Amino acid sequence: MSQQYQPTVVVIGNGMVGYKFCEKLIAKTTAYNIVVFGEEPRRAYDRVHLSEYFSGKTAEDLSLSTANWYSDNNITLHLGDTIQEINRTEKTIHSVRGVVQSYDYLVMATGSSAFVPDIPGVEKDGVFVYRTIEDLELIQDFAKTARKGAVMGGGLLGLEAAKALIDLGIEETHVIEFAPRLMPRQIDSAGSSMLQAKLESLGLKMHLKKSTTNIAGDGKIAALEFADETSLDVDMLVISAGIRPRDELAKLAGLEVGTRGGIVVNSNMQTSDEAIFAIGECALYDGMIYGLVAPGYEMAEVVAAQLCDSAKTFTGYDMSTKLKLIGVDVASFGDPFVGEPDSRSIVFEDSNKGVYKRINISNDGKYLLGGVLVGDADAYNILLQTVNNKIVLPPNPEDLILGARGGEGDAGAGVMSLPDEALICSCESVSKGSICSAVTDGGATSLDEIKKCTKAGTCCGGCVPLVKDLISGTLAANGAYVKNNVCEHFDYSRQELFDMVKLNGIKTYDEVLDHLGKGDGCETCKPVVASILSSLWNDVIVKQNTIQDSNDRYLANIQKGGTYSVVPRIPGGEITPDKLIVIGQVAKKYNLYTKITGGQRIDMFGAHMNDLPEIWEELIDAGFESGHAYGKALRTVKSCVGSTWCRFGLHDSVSFAIEVEERYKGIRAPHKIKGGVSGCIRECAEAQSKDFGIIATDKGWNLYVCGNGGSKPQHAQLLASDIDKETCVKYLDRFLMFYIKTADSLTRTATWLNKMDGGMSYLKNVVVNDSLGIAAQLEAEMQELVNTYHCEWKEAVQNPELRKKFNHFVNAPQEKDPTVQFQPMRDQVKAQEW
Amino acid sequence: MELEIATAVEWVYVCQADDIPQNGGGCVKVGDEQIALYNFTRRGEWYATQNLCPHKQQMVLSRGMIGSSGDACEPKVACPFHKKAFSLLSGECLTGEDYQIKTYPVKVEGDRVFIGLE
Ligand code: SRM
Ligand SMILES: Cc1cc2nc3c(=O)[nH]c(=O)nc-3n(C[C@H](O)[C@H](O)[C@H](O)COP(=O)(O)OP(=O)(O)OC[C@H]3O[C@@H](n4cnc5c(N)ncnc54)[C@H](O)[C@@H]3O)c2cc1C
Ligand code: SF4
Ligand code: FES
Repeated sequence: MSQQYQPTVVVIGNGMVGYKFCEKLIAKTTAYNIVVFGEEPRRAYDRVHLSEYFSGKTAEDLSLSTANWYSDNNITLHLGDTIQEINRTEKTIHSVRGVVQSYDYLVMATGSSAFVPDIPGVEKDGVFVYRTIEDLELIQDFAKTARKGAVMGGGLLGLEAAKALIDLGIEETHVIEFAPRLMPRQIDSAGSSMLQAKLESLGLKMHLKKSTTNIAGDGKIAALEFADETSLDVDMLVISAGIRPRDELAKLAGLEVGTRGGIVVNSNMQTSDEAIFAIGECALYDGMIYGLVAPGYEMAEVVAAQLCDSAKTFTGYDMSTKLKLIGVDVASFGDPFVGEPDSRSIVFEDSNKGVYKRINISNDGKYLLGGVLVGDADAYNILLQTVNNKIVLPPNPEDLILGARGGEGDAGAGVMSLPDEALICSCESVSKGSICSAVTDGGATSLDEIKKCTKAGTCCGGCVPLVKDLISGTLAANGAYVKNNVCEHFDYSRQELFDMVKLNGIKTYDEVLDHLGKGDGCETCKPVVASILSSLWNDVIVKQNTIQDSNDRYLANIQKGGTYSVVPRIPGGEITPDKLIVIGQVAKKYNLYTKITGGQRIDMFGAHMNDLPEIWEELIDAGFESGHAYGKALRTVKSCVGSTWCRFGLHDSVSFAIEVEERYKGIRAPHKIKGGVSGCIRECAEAQSKDFGIIATDKGWNLYVCGNGGSKPQHAQLLASDIDKETCVKYLDRFLMFYIKTADSLTRTATWLNKMDGGMSYLKNVVVNDSLGIAAQLEAEMQELVNTYHCEWKEAVQNPELRKKFNHFVNAPQEKDPTVQFQPMRDQVKAQEW
Repeated sequence: MELEIATAVEWVYVCQADDIPQNGGGCVKVGDEQIALYNFTRRGEWYATQNLCPHKQQMVLSRGMIGSSGDACEPKVACPFHKKAFSLLSGECLTGEDYQIKTYPVKVEGDRVFIGLE
């Protein structure tokens, strides 16, 4: 068999860009033999999300590939081996461990290292940089004994490092910046002041215009001394004063490098030796080092294309950025700094909310040139697109930052008006055109499908909202009626399914699938149908346990490590001392971690699946019932103490809360339902943040509906005022049943209302004025559910067949899962980190 | 290319058919190994995979929901934690990631269920 010569591509550096290059090259061709050398001890990882290492992500989580990825793709990977010499005449490279490897093409992706200024004392203990996982390990160790920390550098990376110090429990964190403002590369001074005020209110101490002259201390850092003769006592310092491209190897090999560092490349990413390329943070293109990952990926694409004889070149890259610093949005796009006379700027400032927005507009008022956003960067994506695609501005460009954009519909329209070349995902360089054609020609209809076929949205995730708008926009434009089908197995929405299941009196999932669906079902439609069956017929849900979402299947919430939590119902938050004692005893016996929840009850965590029936048996014996903390069902009705004790209380809010909680407990709905009852307008039960909230007035009760906490909090709105208890319950019956029958799955009442044509006035008409003439029916259906209530744990515990379902091993029923592990924490246990 | 598998499979008895819920899974212990066994009644098929979800190393796949995906009706299981789905035929991750799980052959004789080990 004749073998064709396979040229060798050697990659020096297994960082983000080096990895991306390999991924891109193998996607295009298998013509090359690829060999990679990385100095770090592990496979390339996501440096952009490095800080998440402190919030529990492991090195493996951060890894960009799976362990077998390189071997599966026939790439030879040498880790923990630094290249120390390039012999350009012989076309070989030499590693510290003695490997000699010849190449046809060499790709240098050596990245950069943290720049450490030449200040006396930088070598002292307690001084760190922030670049690799090893750096973070050292910082983490040292931080355990440190109280005061400082970060040198108020740029993007410095502020991120400062956040990390706060997270590590450093009591006092200072940021030292040489320039007169923070993030000098990205934002202007007004933006910087706003950011500074915000960060200071979060506990960071800022020192601007400070030049550090000495790091004092005896072997270990003790203080920073500044040019203005002041000083600051600290126990540790993280230096984040910029980056220094790693060009030492290139320099040694006689390649051209820039005076201030960086391997000089042309638009093909070739160095002064045409067989050698440089990409990522080590490459100097047109006098510029690109310290961000997206341009690095673009450079990787250019080289991969060149090696496949395609003519792609690098033409510079947009350095717009958006990030969240300690919870504060910061973004800059286009040219953030141009001002008069070259352009006009519109500035919006709200120091109360800590929001600063600036947009720079061409003198003729037609085009957006760039801008800065601090405190609220929701508009970033669309503004960036407006700059990049030279979209002609509306007559009142201030609307762009003043939020006159009414509702989500407009944002979608904005995206659809972009040209096809508009870059939507800059990390993976996916254009609007590719996303739309994946929808139109590729038949993709969901974010997941788009991620799979275009990779858009898989890296930093910043473009996900735009991608979603594009999908629904394109579907609508294609005349596809954007139907909220449950999943691929049912061409019906949840509401349609609900009606048909009811009409046909169907009682099991398989029948529903046979009559109304196709295929074998999946993890999306099974729980939806389970919830519908339950809302309609209220049968014991464990009887159909394999269609329940995992929490409903085991009547408990699954937790890290595979154990479950136990939450008995404590209606209205009222509990007797005897019941408290039982909870204590049970938790102690089964070694459960206990915590008071945000819903006024007690959660016991860490139960082995096998123990669940026994735990519940003991709780039920003491008079407890299931709290349905696992179900899309009523959770808690929070109460304040009310007129029984409170000097302001108008009526007995606790009794009413208990009454309502008892009435609706166990009822299955499209999503969970929460309620609250407050005894007066001071609103200690936070009723207006619940799906339904009841507040005492001097004439009766006010009923509010469709509030939500969670990630998008929304206040509940008034449905009826000064009504008596009976009317209140009647309206609640109608409201809840209407929601159960018509909402899409996993839609809370707030979102349901937001999508409802006619909104609150329509809902009020249906519930209060009975405009659809269904009020009596809704009340009757609700009463039926109330009448058929059963505690599902009680049924499970009493039925030996159902009890069997809680064995971890079917062939070794007594044995618990041996892989479950706990760690001690403050006299209790917690789950093993994953 | 299909590889001829010449290695003899050793069939190990694990449980009775009705120990595993219809259209659902259960976990069986084979030596020190945890294997998830699925009774796909709707298709009249049985499958077995490792019980460990490769995403966060959790011993839970047997508690996941099974179903099918795509026009070819590829049978799959979804992990209860983060809903990563895996093919019951090939063990390949169907939700766009590089994970791979182990699958085992299953045979049912009467009401006795066996898993094939290499
Ligand atoms: C235990 C508890 C936290 C605590 O220690 O205090 C908790 C724990 C969980 N919450 Fe919560 N939430 C708890 C009160 C809340 C509250 C506060 C409240 O109810 O007053 C909220 C905001 C109010 C609201 O829902 O509007 C809250 C908003 C959420 C959300 C976001 C819902 C949304 O509409 O955006 C989720 C996610 C979801 O349901 O999809 C969530 C989901 C979860 C899950 C189920 C996540 C999961 O799938 O594992 C957590 C389960 C832990 C467990 O096994 O018990 N939890 N969660 C609280 C239990 C209350 C109870 O007694 O039942
Ligand atoms: C904390 C932090 C947060 C960041 N946040 C963002 C962000 O939000 N957005 C953004 O766009 N960018 C961000 N960045 C920057 C981003 O991480 C870099 O742009 C990106 O990692 C550059 O990739 P690279 O491959 O060029 O360099 P690197 O990822 O540094 O990889 C270079 C690799 O080459 C190795 N190497 C060097 N010399 C040799 C040699 N002689 N032999 C063998 N191996 C060698 C190095 O050890 C290293 O592993 C952040 C960086 C940090 C540190
Ligand atoms: S906010 Fe709720 S869901 Fe999030 S970690 Fe806390 S308990 Fe879990
Ligand atoms: S642990 Fe299985 S999907 Fe995350």
